[in-house]
Amino acid sequence: MTQETTAKVPLLHAEQLSSTRGGRVLFDELSFQLHPGELWQVTGPNGAGKSTLLRILAGLLEPTEGRIRFNGASVHDNWQSYCQQLLFIGHKAAVKGELTALENFYWQQQLTASPNTDGWDLLEKLGLLGLEDELTGRLSAGQQRRVALTRLWANKAKLWILDEPFTSLDVQGVALLQKRFAEHLADGGCIIFTSHQSLTLSELSPKLIDLSQAAQVHSEAAYD
Amino acid sequence: MINASMRQVWLAVLKRDLRIAARRRSDALNPLLFLLMVVTLFPLGVGPGPDILARIAPGIIWVAALLASLLGLERLFKDDFQDGTLEQLCLLPQPLAFTTTAKVMAHWLLTGLPLVILSPLLALLLSLPMQGWWALALSLLLGTPALSALGAIGAALTLQVQRGSSLISLILIPLFIPLLIFATAAVENASMGLAVHGQLAILAAISVLTITLSPLAIAAGIKMSVN
Repeated sequence: MTQETTAKVPLLHAEQLSSTRGGRVLFDELSFQLHPGELWQVTGPNGAGKSTLLRILAGLLEPTEGRIRFNGASVHDNWQSYCQQLLFIGHKAAVKGELTALENFYWQQQLTASPNTDGWDLLEKLGLLGLEDELTGRLSAGQQRRVALTRLWANKAKLWILDEPFTSLDVQGVALLQKRFAEHLADGGCIIFTSHQSLTLSELSPKLIDLSQAAQVHSEAAYD
Repeated sequence: MINASMRQVWLAVLKRDLRIAARRRSDALNPLLFLLMVVTLFPLGVGPGPDILARIAPGIIWVAALLASLLGLERLFKDDFQDGTLEQLCLLPQPLAFTTTAKVMAHWLLTGLPLVILSPLLALLLSLPMQGWWALALSLLLGTPALSALGAIGAALTLQVQRGSSLISLILIPLFIPLLIFATAAVENASMGLAVHGQLAILAAISVLTITLSPLAIAAGIKMSVN
């Protein structure tokens, strides 16, 4: 694809998204376009609807209004191809406490049939070597998070939707993850994530979606 | 990107569930122990006379099987729901209705199949006549898949409910009643040397119906809760 066409067709296009949860408007007529190689950060205070927005983008929640297009086609009509290009790591990390780190990794691999990646190399990279036989339920929160994040290294999905990926990671973990972000963006991937901390790696300059403002804009409009 | 085949994903889910059950052995064996306890306690309670025991044996075994199948049901989807695995299953290209059948299959392998295998022992404990036990084994083989399939619907519907096990029982017991009636009738008929094809055919029909239709209800229930 040439630079021109990529500029025309965004990878993910959110059109006029609105969401109401429990009688409260979280955001209203939110539109944005994610192009390949772009990094987007959703910010806002607790309860602003960051996770809701990401779950809507991942197709787990229906927006009250608006729609989402992937590669120009509606996500609804192309659900299967969307799923194949999507990697979603939610607030709940989908790590099974009864399985070891390696078993967790291989189970995820089998689900997505990702290209063969050596689980051992990956565990070493993420500093989990020596813990591979330990049940993940017995690992620390940060180590469990690392197990969940192994998926980012063994996946061909273009679009990453990550809810609080930096939670409970230590400094090295955060640096490692940001490096992986940069690699993915260089490969023409696309990331949208929520986080309360700002990124430290200089190559990464996320575009911001500020949900506190979105709510503000709406409440002002309501007074008019 | 290479696509995971349907079969591969199905087997991965099945194997993972069996492996987790092997790691939580006490939970997995609980329903079976419950059933064995009920069946061994009855002769002590009603007296060891073979006439009475043989007469009530089909009822005891099937009632115990129904109640035992309710024991672990609440956790069938709840653990996966709480740790986010169900979300990931929702986001697979393979339909959720299809992947959940692997979980139902794992449930049957852990609760239904052991009953079929144990049925000669159960028959012996309740002095069921020899011609009755094969009918018992067949009724369990044909009926327990329906228990798992219906049970999974109940589990999926009550995902959002804290401590939903009493609600699950309320939903499921009425649905289990036809199974109980036809299964016990089959075993009684067989004990008396009568034909059992009719009852067994109905059991098989119920199982086929629930196995084919329940995935849709299960997937709908899960999607409702994940939203």
